[in-house]
Amino acid sequence: LSGVEHRAHKNLVLILAREFASKLATPVFLTDEAGTLVYLNEAAERMAGRTFAEIGEIPAEEWSEFFQIRELDGTPIPLERLPGGIALLERRPAHHTLAVTGVDGRRRELSITAFPLLAHRDELVGVVGIYWEADGGSG
Amino acid sequence: LRATIWGCRGSLAAPGPETVAYGGNTSCVELELADGSVVVLDAGTGIRALGLEMAKRPPAPIHLCLTHLHLDHLEGLGFFLPLWTQGAELHIWGPASAIESLDNRIARYMSPPLFPVQLSEVPSQITFHDVSDEEWRLGSARVLAEAVAHRGPTVGYRFEEGDVSLAYIPDHEPYLGEDEPASLDPAWLSGYGVAREATVLMHDAQYFDEEYAERMGWGHSSFSHAVEFARAARVGELVLFHHDPLHTDADLRRLEAQARRQWPSADPAPRLAREGMQLELGTDADDDLSGPAVSGFEPSLTPP
Repeated sequence: LSGVEHRAHKNLVLILAREFASKLATPVFLTDEAGTLVYLNEAAERMAGRTFAEIGEIPAEEWSEFFQIRELDGTPIPLERLPGGIALLERRPAHHTLAVTGVDGRRRELSITAFPLLAHRDELVGVVGIYWEADGGSG
Repeated sequence: LRATIWGCRGSLAAPGPETVAYGGNTSCVELELADGSVVVLDAGTGIRALGLEMAKRPPAPIHLCLTHLHLDHLEGLGFFLPLWTQGAELHIWGPASAIESLDNRIARYMSPPLFPVQLSEVPSQITFHDVSDEEWRLGSARVLAEAVAHRGPTVGYRFEEGDVSLAYIPDHEPYLGEDEPASLDPAWLSGYGVAREATVLMHDAQYFDEEYAERMGWGHSSFSHAVEFARAARVGELVLFHHDPLHTDADLRRLEAQARRQWPSADPAPRLAREGMQLELGTDADDDLSGPAVSGFEPSLTPP
């Protein structure tokens, strides 16, 4: 439409998920259908070591610049084997406990559960991930 | 592009002496496109009188675009005369659902025990369409439908002809849970793509601010949120729609006055939708940038 770029805003499901996440004390991240990190709620920002306003949206291929994600024994994990990657690529929930080092340099052992957001007609619009510290903390 | 409002009440029809100025019929807006095509937005009780008017015209395909299937947007369908006219061609558009087809969902209303006759018994030729994720054409208009924040599958519509555009989002709660609406990035604003820089926006403004505080999450906007949404979308003119059934004409005048005080520019100020209101968009070759022309008419009072 003239003067209107299609998808001038995020998919409504993502908008509602973000609104929901913004009210939670549980750490939550959101990606869009391409795997771009589009939102971290306040609780989740602790993992990043910076606020989301500071780091902004992060394409999937640039996650590693901000987060070092490994198995607990230190083995690197490819993106497609992360809970978020599985939810995105295989469209199913996934769960894993792993070690994440954020921008602040601190290593955290986190349990992460991710699930795909499917809108009508099985349209994948993104992924929601929740996590908590494996020792029982809240991220 | 001419828009005629046949119903702008929300939630429940509210006829009576205290609602005669703005009308008691629920949502229904008729669009007459440049090529003569007719589009009907929603099938609230206002569609009954529209159907009587249409019966006086030569037969032509009718496109009925439903924003969603809540009863105040659907309950007039069973009393829409073209539905009961042998050979009438009716296209019904509505939001897709992951659960059930559009015709099956509408048939829930048009079937016993809620309605005496089943949808499968109507004599007109009905074709059901899930609205597309991409823009499409109806007659001479380009149409965009996008999901908006309201309970259940719900879309807002945008119709464009030439340089003019009408955005119709009668049920919408874009700032649910948002503490600072004015600071919200439009990329995260429900309905923005439909409303952006529209010549005219018809938008939900069901509540006074103090009422909204007690009805948050019900899927509707306060007038302040409607004003803020229109400002964020930089629309040309805001028409306040979906009046609460408990609001009298006097209440609505007060709501309009408060909305105008919040409007960032003096002209054209927000105004209330009312039954019989007609808006002409793009009547001049150069477009009337001062706002659409408005006239009124008396809806038919003849029962079907």
